[in-house]
Amino acid sequence: MRRTMLFLPGNTPNMLINGDTLGADSIIYDLEDAVSPDEKDAARILVRNTLKYMRGKGCEIIIRINPIESDYWQADLEEVIPCKPDLIMPTKVGSGQDVQIVAEAITALEKRAGIPEGSVGILPLIETALGVEKAFDIASASPRVAGIFLGGEDLTADLHCKRTREGQEIFYSRCRLVCAARACGVEAYDTPFTDVEDMLGLEKDTQLAKSLGFSGKAVISPRHVETVNALFSPTMEEIEYAHDVMDAIEEGRRQGKGVISLRGKMIDAPIVKRATQVLEMERQMFGGEDV
Amino acid sequence: MEIVKNAAAGTLESSDVLICVEPADTLQIEIQSVVAGQYMDAIRDAIEDVLAKAQIKTGKISAQDRGALDCVIRARMETAILRGGSQS
Repeated sequence: MRRTMLFLPGNTPNMLINGDTLGADSIIYDLEDAVSPDEKDAARILVRNTLKYMRGKGCEIIIRINPIESDYWQADLEEVIPCKPDLIMPTKVGSGQDVQIVAEAITALEKRAGIPEGSVGILPLIETALGVEKAFDIASASPRVAGIFLGGEDLTADLHCKRTREGQEIFYSRCRLVCAARACGVEAYDTPFTDVEDMLGLEKDTQLAKSLGFSGKAVISPRHVETVNALFSPTMEEIEYAHDVMDAIEEGRRQGKGVISLRGKMIDAPIVKRATQVLEMERQMFGGEDV
Repeated sequence: MEIVKNAAAGTLESSDVLICVEPADTLQIEIQSVVAGQYMDAIRDAIEDVLAKAQIKTGKISAQDRGALDCVIRARMETAILRGGSQS
């Protein structure tokens, strides 16, 4: 469950050390845009030490590395892979081959560090027009890919358009990413809403992302975590309905019924699938037995 | 390894430490900390441990600490040595 992924600048100790207390499902230690070129060395050592000595419980750790066109990405990986972060986020990914290059580098470093191959996943950041068009190739490039993530700011610069509050300019890209991700059986994550003060705008943007099929959203401020978590969580009504669906299925099986209905509506495979997803989220949010 | 040029790492922001290293004939460590009363020994231990692991025996090290945790002090020390040091 990654309803929220909170970006934290990789060279800022007071944010890194408190990251796992801010309520986000995942935290992203950023070695890319949040770190100036002359501080890349300091940031990757600081992130490595934070991972090594201060790893929080119950909060997934993602490391955003520099683009493979840069001189930094391999050093980023060499420093952090031995600490086994949950996911690596390569940036400006434009093809499946980009993902494979990163995956091969991770494999070599896992072997060198003596950690099981495949321990570290990949969450490619798609933030160029080419990346959007190649979303399916990117999502299916490696079994390490856990999902794909849309980066709206760089994307709009690449599209030669202005990033707006309403986000019409990235509507196509959002839809394309969700479709590609679902076709590959991985998750899709939405770009952050970058106005920290505009809570109403955040709410609308998050509702739109959820309605399009995204599984969660990145945030750049701890202030946004609560709103995004709430909107990407199933409501109590949805949870109760999901339980009713599973109870009805069980009861129908006991009675040997071929067709099962609930509240006057036939329960078909998509309804069961949705109910299963809701109950899995309930389990992750509140604990309990696997569904 | 030895310190061959002046270098610095870290900041004076809260929870961070600014470490400066420079070449010297002996090992000198100067520490200023907002939590010196409680943690001076632990800060010194962290600095000395990083120096020992890098096998650095000489140099002037100054640390201006703003309440950095052990892992942050070690990271900043390591970075300062990386920037100012050379394999002897």
